Amino acid sequence: MPVLKNISELNDFRKQAKAQLSDREDNKLTIILGMGTCGIAAGANQVADAVRSELKKHKIDAEIVNVGCIGMCHNEPLLDIQQPGQPRITYKNVKPAMVGKIIEKHLLNGEFSKRWIYGQLPARDGTTVEGIPTYAELPFYGKQVRIALKNCGIIDPESIEEYLVSGGYGGLEKALFQMTPDEVIEEMKDSGLRGRGGAGFLTGLKWEFCRKAKNTPKYLICNADEGDPGAFMDRSVLEGDPHALLEGMIIAAYAIGATEGYIYCRAEYPLAIERLKIAIKQAYTFGLLGNNILGSKVVFNLKIKEGAGAFVCGEETALIASIEGKRGEPRPRPPYPAVAGLWGKPTNVNNVKSFAIASQIMMNGADWFNHIGTKKSTGTAVFALTGKIKNTGLIEVPMGITLREIIYDIGGGVPNKKEFKAVQTGGPLGGCLPAEALDTPVDFDSLTAAGATMGSGGMIVVDQDTCMVELARYFLTFASAESCGKCVPCRIGGQRLLEVLTKITNGEGTLADLDEIERISKYMQEGSLCALGQLTPGPVLASLKFFREEYEAHVTEKFCEAGVCEGMFTYEIDPDPCTGCGLCAKACPTEAITGEKKEPHVIDQSTCIQCGACYDVCNFGAVLVKRKHELTVIEPI
Amino acid sequence: MNEDERGSYAPLNSNPKQRARLLAALYLAQEQYGWLSSEAIQYVADKLSLKIGQVQSTASFYSMFRLKPQGEYRIQVCEGLSCYLVGGAEPILDHISRKLGIQSGETTPDGKFSLEVVQCLASCGTAPALRINDELYERMTFASIDKLLESLGCKI
Ligand SMILES: Cc1cc2nc3c(=O)[nH]c(=O)nc-3n(C[C@H](O)[C@H](O)[C@H](O)COP(=O)(O)O)c2cc1C
Ligand code: FES
Repeated sequence: MPVLKNISELNDFRKQAKAQLSDREDNKLTIILGMGTCGIAAGANQVADAVRSELKKHKIDAEIVNVGCIGMCHNEPLLDIQQPGQPRITYKNVKPAMVGKIIEKHLLNGEFSKRWIYGQLPARDGTTVEGIPTYAELPFYGKQVRIALKNCGIIDPESIEEYLVSGGYGGLEKALFQMTPDEVIEEMKDSGLRGRGGAGFLTGLKWEFCRKAKNTPKYLICNADEGDPGAFMDRSVLEGDPHALLEGMIIAAYAIGATEGYIYCRAEYPLAIERLKIAIKQAYTFGLLGNNILGSKVVFNLKIKEGAGAFVCGEETALIASIEGKRGEPRPRPPYPAVAGLWGKPTNVNNVKSFAIASQIMMNGADWFNHIGTKKSTGTAVFALTGKIKNTGLIEVPMGITLREIIYDIGGGVPNKKEFKAVQTGGPLGGCLPAEALDTPVDFDSLTAAGATMGSGGMIVVDQDTCMVELARYFLTFASAESCGKCVPCRIGGQRLLEVLTKITNGEGTLADLDEIERISKYMQEGSLCALGQLTPGPVLASLKFFREEYEAHVTEKFCEAGVCEGMFTYEIDPDPCTGCGLCAKACPTEAITGEKKEPHVIDQSTCIQCGACYDVCNFGAVLVKRKHELTVIEPI
Repeated sequence: MNEDERGSYAPLNSNPKQRARLLAALYLAQEQYGWLSSEAIQYVADKLSLKIGQVQSTASFYSMFRLKPQGEYRIQVCEGLSCYLVGGAEPILDHISRKLGIQSGETTPDGKFSLEVVQCLASCGTAPALRINDELYERMTFASIDKLLESLGCKI
């Protein structure tokens, strides 16, 4: 395919691609496999092999299409079957051994194994199969509004044709040929889009600063360094819809006047890098990158830079240093990158989702976008739901939705009849919120006011079995290890905080330590040179604020109610719910549990090693976490 | 990955952009030699006409660059969130550490095993996870770790 030299060639090419795709949908059996990192880890490659061999066995001719992550990681591997002109039917948790049955029933007998079916996407003409819920009717998708994730899991990320058919590069066409750079910036400002990388700065305004900078050349950088534990939003966009990112970047480059760009991607995302490379190559081939984009005067060259395993490189000034080949150490701002960034030149850094959303805003207009969400946080938010939640995965919701709706309606609540305890947003630099705060609307300002942060999209749910002190210690270990050591408050403060928390989880803490936590935190927040040091104490402070009683129990009674901190609790069997099933006795590695069949069992405290095996296997919630000294109290009869 | 993809070694000059090739060059050298010895660092410095100190300073900053020789089996314990929440990460690391008699970041004297921590291995649903060379092992328990280590020739 030759370079596209103008819009009409682009539109012709899109039309042609559309005809081909419709032809496939109308005439060819298509089998679609979820091939994101999550799907592959769950065994999608083995499922693909099984599909190929079953098709061969039955001599069925089908097109096999790989797509990215559609968001329901808890149901991977996913297999969709689309018969000509029919809705696309999704099978969940597919094992290679199930593939034969699915194909036989579905394709040969025209029956559906409903038990294994998750849902359906209606056919182009709206046709559905009765008795199977459509995606929109499913609680996991019903409340979602997908903008950044619009194509993820739907189209083949390695096909620029499919992206074009979905309307792709339409936003770029509009920006390049119907708008001046200033108009693009105005549109972005009107949309109210705030950066999705964490800080929530207005994207349009940021572009304007960089446009107004005098120096040249100007650089554009995409921050794809996503390093928060439990976060994989950006990975899914990169793996599932890389062209959306490219389109947003080209639009931004045009608006700012940048001629060179970099995507800084963490090296731990090999599949994302692979798909990005394919997308960039296609974009060059079709004249969407390089000189004279779509026949215009616009020049933009784009390269990928791999990180090398430093979380702090997600901070924009550190990221710039890393691209320059230096140590990825942050520096104080100002000067902001918009004035002096990469090689001292004006530079604009945005998150992956910010760019992906920008292309949609150009396509559909600022008004469309700012009518979604709230007044000061327009549009949608993407979250990676992880931890103790039934439906783990990736979701996109309108801003202003409550945490409760996300966790219970979409996420399905906490599994195994456990109790919700807290939700952490913003990862190791964010904060947690307790059950009382579940009705907080999810937007930049409300979350910050409540004591957490929006962050870039990690949402971690923990239940009664998680110790909040230990969780704070986990995040602190992560963040403090990243301190570059240049400024004292961050380096020493982080170490000291970690020491205090470790002391508490070891059962050696005192009440004075709780004040010490607050004192050191304040010192770090006020004295650190960059955002890393300023934000590191966030999770500890939020957890101390909302779970102070748990901290106090650790230091005054040496009691960990979650049953996590070693030596700070015991297990005891509550005779009422205990049915005497004997599962616990079987699971106990030290034979500390005895009891007659169908009679309440008892734990011998002298041989119990608090491994928690009985707690985990009990189906009746009869094993309780108790304070150590409570055992010596003999109840009066 | 070939030289071209990692950024080619264009003519040497004092262009600051030259240093921007450093991370890619270090990856290449590491792929070739397994780790970054002082000769490898010297080689990279010569190729890019950078000072040795510049190369060292960058290489030592990033956790993915290995400045010590690696064991035949590189054990990487996931310390990601899901693994942590199911009681993995630290306890598993401690357990292996005791078994092999080395800390994270070290290699056994016989050169057989090295131990390190990594972030999420994308096996959150089947946590806790660890990786040995390119092989992923999931739902680990102390017992299954012992078995695994034994199968790789770890005594005790
Ligand atoms: C320690 C630290 C880590 C960060 N990591 C990321 C990251 O992984 N991805 C990201 O987009 N922004 C990250 N940020 C925020 C960036 O500095 C920057 O604000 C962001 O990339 C701007 O993009 P946006 O305006 O589109 O949000 C991090 C900030 C800090 C302080
Ligand atoms: S956290 Fe260990 S595999 Fe994801």
